[in-house]
Amino acid sequence: MSKYQVNEKGYYGPFGGAYIPEMLYPNVEELQKKYLEIMQEESFQQEFQELLKDYVGRPSPLYLAKRLSARYGANIFLKREDLNHTGAHKINNTIGQILLAERLGKKRIIAETGAGQHGVATATVCALKGLECVVYMGEIDIQRQAPNVARMKMMGATVVAAQSGSKTLKDATNEALRDWINNPVDTHYIIGSVVGPHPYPDLVARFQSIISEETKKQLAEKTGNSLPDYVLACVGGGSNAAGMFYHFLADEQVQLIAVEAAGHGVNSGESAATTALGKEGVLHGSRSILMQTEDGQVVEPYSISAGLDYPGIGPQHAWLYKSGRGKYVSITDDEAMEAGLLLTKLEGIIPAIESSHALAYLEKMKFQGNENVVICLSGRGDKDLDNYMKYFGF
Amino acid sequence: MQVQDIFKKDTSKELLSIYYTAGYPHLDSTMAIAEKLEQAGADFLEIGFPYSDPVADGPVIQHSSEVALKNGMTLPLLFQQLAALRSRVSIPIFLMGYFNTVLQYGVENFCKSCQEVGVNGAIIPDLPMYEYEELYQEVFAQYGISNIFLVTPQTSAERIRKIDALSNSFIYLLSSNATTGKNLEVGEQAEQYFQRLKDMNLTNPLVIGFGISDKGTFQKATNYAKGAIIGSAFVRLLADDNYIDKINPFIKSIKTS
Repeated sequence: MSKYQVNEKGYYGPFGGAYIPEMLYPNVEELQKKYLEIMQEESFQQEFQELLKDYVGRPSPLYLAKRLSARYGANIFLKREDLNHTGAHKINNTIGQILLAERLGKKRIIAETGAGQHGVATATVCALKGLECVVYMGEIDIQRQAPNVARMKMMGATVVAAQSGSKTLKDATNEALRDWINNPVDTHYIIGSVVGPHPYPDLVARFQSIISEETKKQLAEKTGNSLPDYVLACVGGGSNAAGMFYHFLADEQVQLIAVEAAGHGVNSGESAATTALGKEGVLHGSRSILMQTEDGQVVEPYSISAGLDYPGIGPQHAWLYKSGRGKYVSITDDEAMEAGLLLTKLEGIIPAIESSHALAYLEKMKFQGNENVVICLSGRGDKDLDNYMKYFGF
Repeated sequence: MQVQDIFKKDTSKELLSIYYTAGYPHLDSTMAIAEKLEQAGADFLEIGFPYSDPVADGPVIQHSSEVALKNGMTLPLLFQQLAALRSRVSIPIFLMGYFNTVLQYGVENFCKSCQEVGVNGAIIPDLPMYEYEELYQEVFAQYGISNIFLVTPQTSAERIRKIDALSNSFIYLLSSNATTGKNLEVGEQAEQYFQRLKDMNLTNPLVIGFGISDKGTFQKATNYAKGAIIGSAFVRLLADDNYIDKINPFIKSIKTS
């Protein structure tokens, strides 16, 4: 196993673990003991692959963006997770976890969501499987993301407003964890990112690893070489980046670039650039890098992109950052919005604002002219039209 | 006072413990509440240090934590407030809170400060057994600080034995798998579970918490355990302007037979 993957104790270097109260221990232990075994079952793999193909629409294309390439002087490939059913990479993980939950005999699914993308992806697979679904969403986010709330409700999910703390993603996660504490037997918690207690970061990364698995094959077909020079992805909690990096981790010649949200600027006080602003800490069950006060209180992050608006990063990302395997950078709201508009004008693709952060980093790179670059286009921009309209005044 | 003493001597005595959040309702109310609780007859205390993301807590303690943080409570400030602790309060005191706050203060520094002010132990729900054993047991022992583990109805017998071996003052038995402050019926199932634990004849005494709110639930719990802890029901009382005067009657309503 690569030194960048989780060890048998649930750690990535000094990060990870399962910092959970005893009330969650039986549920988490059950997952720890069974997840690999279940994922390796033939019937699981068969159903998972079939759903990814026929329901999600995989493999997602790897698209050589010619006009974008011409502008930057490199061969820029977009991994089109935006073309998945429900519009983002999130569905890869929820499909995997619902099959896992079924095999664990769980009857009830809970999830947290920020902007609603993971909530929608979870409600979708619950409808698909006929399982009860409860999604926790910050009260403020519910007001900001009405269409996604409607989608979840149409699919039969109950959307519960998280009214504690700052009433956003972090608090929705707290509420979901509290629900799990109070429903210790029949409920599975589908975490949407590579965060949470072990085995979640590994579990979610494995389900998302289909992104890099396909990319390698597609790139070999298109260029004769499965390894690009650069791989870029945006990072909130870090699930699309974890999936995009997964099969490249051992190929040290591939430069991995993770793009965080700088909000109004890293030092503006309104930012979500976790590696720049955070320090080691424990939140939502794992030890990682965390934006916090000197006293250890979690700081509320800010980004124009709700999907990157999280005060921590997954423990594997903390390790990739600390070990130097990954380069962690940040992009401001303004830079991301311009990059989103640029892709729309040059390629006719409206990206999610999350993905626009990864695209924006191209401006800061210097190319010789022949490098191959893969960018994970993690989601489509339909959900962000309101934001784009307000920002550009369309 | 040596913490082990109250659990050993006078074995027939049922112990009442109270939880409250430091810095709530007022920044400087911590010591006054402790004194009043001892005078009223509480046997030992848990003083919570607030955290922004208390996942094991229900709405009442969440609220007290939020207010305490707004009031400006921090762990360094709490230790300052507790500097005079042992000249004013003699019953055992445990600090209760989440691990990130302790991690930022420094685990060894935390144990050292506890020892300096005379705090007997700590309850850190999200510090798991594996991490405690691997990384922190030694430093807790070095400063003579007890670490209290939680046990739930779902905890396996094997794990309970291990917890017993790692504990040295008491084991915190949760009446049900729940967040704090649920108004729980201590029903047949809970009683069966308490009995199962009692029959295990553990080395450490059991203290039952979560869902204990009044004389009835206190008595039920202490049929099976050495003591019981009241948290949310007491914190709710502190919302009253006259909270200091309410403390004595509250404790008396539970302890007098």
